[in-house]
Amino acid sequence: MQFATSISGFVAIYIFMLAAFAGWVIIGHVPAILHTPLMSGSNFVHGIVVVGGMFALLNASTVQEQAIGFFAVLLGAGNAAGGYAVTDRMLAMFQTSGHQTKHAKHGHAKPSHRKKS
Amino acid sequence: MLTMIPQLTIGAADLAAAFLFMYGLKRMSSPVTAPSGIFVAGVGMLVAVLASFLYAFSVGAAAKPHLMVNLALAVIALVVGAGAAWWSGKKVAMTSMPQMVALYNGMGGGAAGAIAAVELLGNKADGVTQIVVTLMGALIGAVSLSGSLIAWAKLDGVIKRPLRVRGQQAFNAMVMLATLAIGGTVVFAALGGAVPLLAMPTLIYLFFACALVFGVLMTLPIGGADMPVVISIYNAFTGLAVGLEGFVLQNPALMIAGMVVGAAGLLLTLLMAKAMNRSVGNVLFTNFGSIAKQKHGDIKGSLKPVEAGDAGIFMRYAKEVIIVPGYGLAVAQGQQKLYEFVKLLQSAGVTVKFAIHPVAGRMPGQMDVLLAEAGVPYDLIFQLEDINDEFANADVALVIGANDVVNPAARTDKSSPIFGMPILNADHAKKVYVVKRGQGKGYADIVNALFYGDNCDMVYGDAQAVLVKMIEAVRGLGLSAAA
Repeated sequence: MQFATSISGFVAIYIFMLAAFAGWVIIGHVPAILHTPLMSGSNFVHGIVVVGGMFALLNASTVQEQAIGFFAVLLGAGNAAGGYAVTDRMLAMFQTSGHQTKHAKHGHAKPSHRKKS
Repeated sequence: MLTMIPQLTIGAADLAAAFLFMYGLKRMSSPVTAPSGIFVAGVGMLVAVLASFLYAFSVGAAAKPHLMVNLALAVIALVVGAGAAWWSGKKVAMTSMPQMVALYNGMGGGAAGAIAAVELLGNKADGVTQIVVTLMGALIGAVSLSGSLIAWAKLDGVIKRPLRVRGQQAFNAMVMLATLAIGGTVVFAALGGAVPLLAMPTLIYLFFACALVFGVLMTLPIGGADMPVVISIYNAFTGLAVGLEGFVLQNPALMIAGMVVGAAGLLLTLLMAKAMNRSVGNVLFTNFGSIAKQKHGDIKGSLKPVEAGDAGIFMRYAKEVIIVPGYGLAVAQGQQKLYEFVKLLQSAGVTVKFAIHPVAGRMPGQMDVLLAEAGVPYDLIFQLEDINDEFANADVALVIGANDVVNPAARTDKSSPIFGMPILNADHAKKVYVVKRGQGKGYADIVNALFYGDNCDMVYGDAQAVLVKMIEAVRGLGLSAAA
């Protein structure tokens, strides 16, 4: 990213401020019923840290840096993949009465199957 | 000019990812569009991760000889980390969702902390702003890592009781101050100041150790029912740590995604604290159980146990039943049986609704997810403010594994530790059945006046077993369930 003008001082604070505001507004509209998927979904979003881990690992020049960088990518990848998996699973379960006849069997079969495993 | 291409690609990919994250989260504001929302965000993540391999084209001279090894390590870490988490995420029971979310939170915090460690140990951060921001991200990330692991252990039942000792607050404050002092020394040393006795790497390790210890100490005394606040706050912490490390790495995608999550986590934290009528500080730094105990004397009446079958049959002939699920339902894995019972009542012409308290369960919205898993359509599920007035019209309020969230003392008894907390007005229903494992008290460790009311009967037993008996009893009436 060296080609870009560096993000420093007030520019960084502007980015932080606008992002925080956007997050607050977007999340404020999510109904309480979706709070758990929302939480795991935002959990997934901070899995983007894996990209930072990649940068650190690829630029590692000592064994120590390699080890810590490896750790960063491992945890970041886990955060992203796990967050996605659980959010996707939970959101697939929400349905209205209208859809019920169509999805009833579907909705039942999957969770009970999982519990056995 | 050719060397610019990878950098431009990374920049464009990160921009796309930041947009897709926000658009995806926006789509999560309705159950109808939400599944596509997480998919959109997932595409953003995939694009950003794939593009991050292009960092290989711009590594510094020192890292050049190690590039192949590093690339191999990266692939292994990605495959192993993502694979293991994906597998566990697909397999985990819905009732264990709070501990899974806590675990993923901790992983994100740990990753942010590790990035900070690489930057600090490799002397890559320069200038006082960079170093201070790196240290802040490291501190928050490390606290989030160890704190989330403790939260996971508590939720998973590895740690059974909150650990509280005299002078804990003072000790925790000292650990925090020590961490900050070491951080200050690191900044001083990095700017060329002479620090006697300790070498720079030692200082950095010490800093991380203190931060990790603080996370553990901070989370240990917090009890089970306060977990919704704790999980939300660590979500916010990890987001913040990621955002700060994004600044250090000069990566706007990390900055934006981290801050969006930080704000979201903060909003949820405040919502949860409000639903308990306590401040966030109160949840984190006060030992809830140690507040003055209520006198037992001022509650009249007695506990009246009834058979599950009788309660089931009574509800079969009611017009409207409102169900209040709590953590006990999740513990008993009773959600499937509950919906089976509800369908039976519905087919007999009973109107059934679910009333959810914001802090029911161990994370925000946990009850909604459990009911959704069982197949309950979400238009039957109502939040506190939308249904509270309706209890007065309901024939039966069926409270399953919930306690403090229906304690009328919150409305009337000024001396009660939960006074002022918004509660579900289950006591206003004509008849109340409380399904409970035993006569024990709830999390707040106070007597629940609801249970002693004239209109309340107790059904003792494991929620799932009780529901099975209720289903059998109603079926036993011989009325066609399809009628």
